[in-house]
Amino acid sequence: MVALRTAALAPALLALLAGAPGALAQTPAPPAAAQASEIRIGLIYRPAPAPSSYDAQAAPEDEGLAGAKLAIQDNTATGRFVGQRYALDAVALATAAPGEPAPQSPVEAARELAAKGLRFLVLALPADEVLAVADALKGSGIVLFNAAAPDDRLRGADCRANIFHVAPSRAMQTDALAQFLAFMRWRKLFLITGPQDGDKLWAEAMKRSAKKFGLQIAAERPWTFGPLARARGDTPTRAEALVFTRGLDYDVAVVADEAGDFGDYVPFHTVDPRPVVGTQGLVPTTWHPTLEVWGAAQAQNRFRRLAGRLMRPLDYQVWAALRTVGEAAFQTKTTDPAALMAAIADPAFTLPGYKGVALSYRPWDHQLRQPLLLVQPQALVAVAPEQGYLHQRTPLDTLGIDLPETQCRLTKS
Amino acid sequence: MSRHRMRPARAAVVAAALLAAPAHATTVYVSNEKGNSVSVIDVDSLKVTATWPVGRRPRGITVGKDGSLLYVCASDDDRIDVLDTKTGKIVRSLRAGPDPEQFIAHPSGNPLYVANEDDSQVTVLDIEKNKVVAEVPVGVEPEGMGLSPDGSILVNTSETTNMAHFIDTKSFQVIDNVLVDARPRFAEFSRDGKFLWVSAEVGGTVSVIDVETRKVVKKITFKIPGVTDEQIQPVGVRLTKDGGKAFVALGPANRVAVVDARTYEVQKYLPVGQRVWQLAFTPDQKLLFTTNGTSNDVSVIDVEGLRVTKSIPVGLLPWGVAVSPQ
Repeated sequence: MVALRTAALAPALLALLAGAPGALAQTPAPPAAAQASEIRIGLIYRPAPAPSSYDAQAAPEDEGLAGAKLAIQDNTATGRFVGQRYALDAVALATAAPGEPAPQSPVEAARELAAKGLRFLVLALPADEVLAVADALKGSGIVLFNAAAPDDRLRGADCRANIFHVAPSRAMQTDALAQFLAFMRWRKLFLITGPQDGDKLWAEAMKRSAKKFGLQIAAERPWTFGPLARARGDTPTRAEALVFTRGLDYDVAVVADEAGDFGDYVPFHTVDPRPVVGTQGLVPTTWHPTLEVWGAAQAQNRFRRLAGRLMRPLDYQVWAALRTVGEAAFQTKTTDPAALMAAIADPAFTLPGYKGVALSYRPWDHQLRQPLLLVQPQALVAVAPEQGYLHQRTPLDTLGIDLPETQCRLTKS
Repeated sequence: MSRHRMRPARAAVVAAALLAAPAHATTVYVSNEKGNSVSVIDVDSLKVTATWPVGRRPRGITVGKDGSLLYVCASDDDRIDVLDTKTGKIVRSLRAGPDPEQFIAHPSGNPLYVANEDDSQVTVLDIEKNKVVAEVPVGVEPEGMGLSPDGSILVNTSETTNMAHFIDTKSFQVIDNVLVDARPRFAEFSRDGKFLWVSAEVGGTVSVIDVETRKVVKKITFKIPGVTDEQIQPVGVRLTKDGGKAFVALGPANRVAVVDARTYEVQKYLPVGQRVWQLAFTPDQKLLFTTNGTSNDVSVIDVEGLRVTKSIPVGLLPWGVAVSPQ
């Protein structure tokens, strides 16, 4: 141990003696370079803004970050048996405030972590920022994990070889939902689409999934009534039906509302008694507090002890990204970044993730294959892929964009 | 105080029960994870003769050396319940560390080695003194527990670390770690102590490890027509005394694989109930019992004829199974 540390310090001392100005400015030697057996993983995220004085369902400030901490703990527990150590460098990006200098951009944050020697960065950021970071770090050999952005273009026309996607794409989410609806024979859909860009993309994905699984868009309306679901506390509402749901022939209402502005207002406000699914109601997701099979109960307990709250989908996705690095390091018994990247991209690589089957990355677009949970607020309703949906490779490839239809052309980064 | 006075009375009741009961036959005990109970099956009649309430989330289950006591991990109550097999009453509860899941007893009957799933450790428990002798840190979510026939090496598998940890039972030190496939659930030594079989639930394989060199010498895979690879999730493994056959429970594939333990060839897949996890032989190894979690039943396999002869409904979500030594 002592001998190793001395040897590792030597290059830093040499740099100091040589009078390198950069080395003098940085008091501690770059950790990743100093410890051959240590893997430092970066996380760049935007903490949720402080909630209003009363918000029953505010996102916690450490959403995502707590998942990273759990993964470091899990990786370390295994790492100590193989001489590997894990550490986290988390960067919380501030939101721009009027009159103040522009806060650090994701690209600046990523460059800073790269300069510290980090080779694996997890991003919990929107699609445009993910792309900006990926392009800024192109050719650096740094591997990025997209833990939050569901945009299909990141796995399609705008795909990048240096990104692995842990977050399920919109196409995977809507395919999971469509499989469930087809299984239940609820074929006639009434699609209600919100005003935001993400809502429109979600609705497009839903239409593609409907076609794929033999469902029919029986009616379609834009939502133009504002964030009624968010106003629930301001005005006591009374029983009333949304007039625009009158006179339609459908089995199930599908809401496309990624921001959560109105989707929760639709159930019980339709003229006809119809279930609501989509971004609210019955939703496809990666994680839910009611998941306890496949060992998930243990992960839920570990998380709750660590964070003092329930694990959320973003926590799980960030956890899965960091565990991917750990799993590759255990399986290859190395901490060499280049070897780990090759291992993760290898089609034979698998990641256990409390879903009853091994997860893996699709070679054609680097999307994590994973079962998705179909949940309502207090219960797990189903798990996609539903039984009977078969595929020549794995049933998991019935969710999302398959090899023959992908627009992604991965080129060496 | 009053407890002491009760004793003669209770002894009389036990004696009466003994006199009334027929000659003791081989008995199978099944822990029902969601039923918080143990189902008792008589091997001669293959019927459930009693259902005993135990602590919450019973999983690991084993019978003491002489068959008089039954040990059940009550995972959610952080204890091991000890039941009198004649009365079905809990006679004591042992401190087993947090979330005990599986355990194995030393060949002499004491101590008990317990995997604490939520706490990344193995607890060594003196069951006579109800005292923790040692706590051995292992990987995340320790589960499978195997003991070499001479009792010198304890093996624990950790489900999230994906390793078989070899532990010296004298020094309580981890002496080696062997990486296996994802989510190792069960560890079983061959009778000669030379090989260790470890199932990997998510990996879909069984690794056979040479105990001397601690290298994986064979990885057994399974293929079943009409069943996806994802559904093949090996959990329980049992080897016959003669070293000829291995039985592997394949979880949601709803099959038990029969493997030639010398050539490692899969010979047959026996259809059983849904989500089959744990297995136990009768002492004469003529029958093998399986716990089928989703269908809430136990399948009985004729070991000689390699056929499933019966399914017996038990409690909710049967998890573990143990058989009395008689």
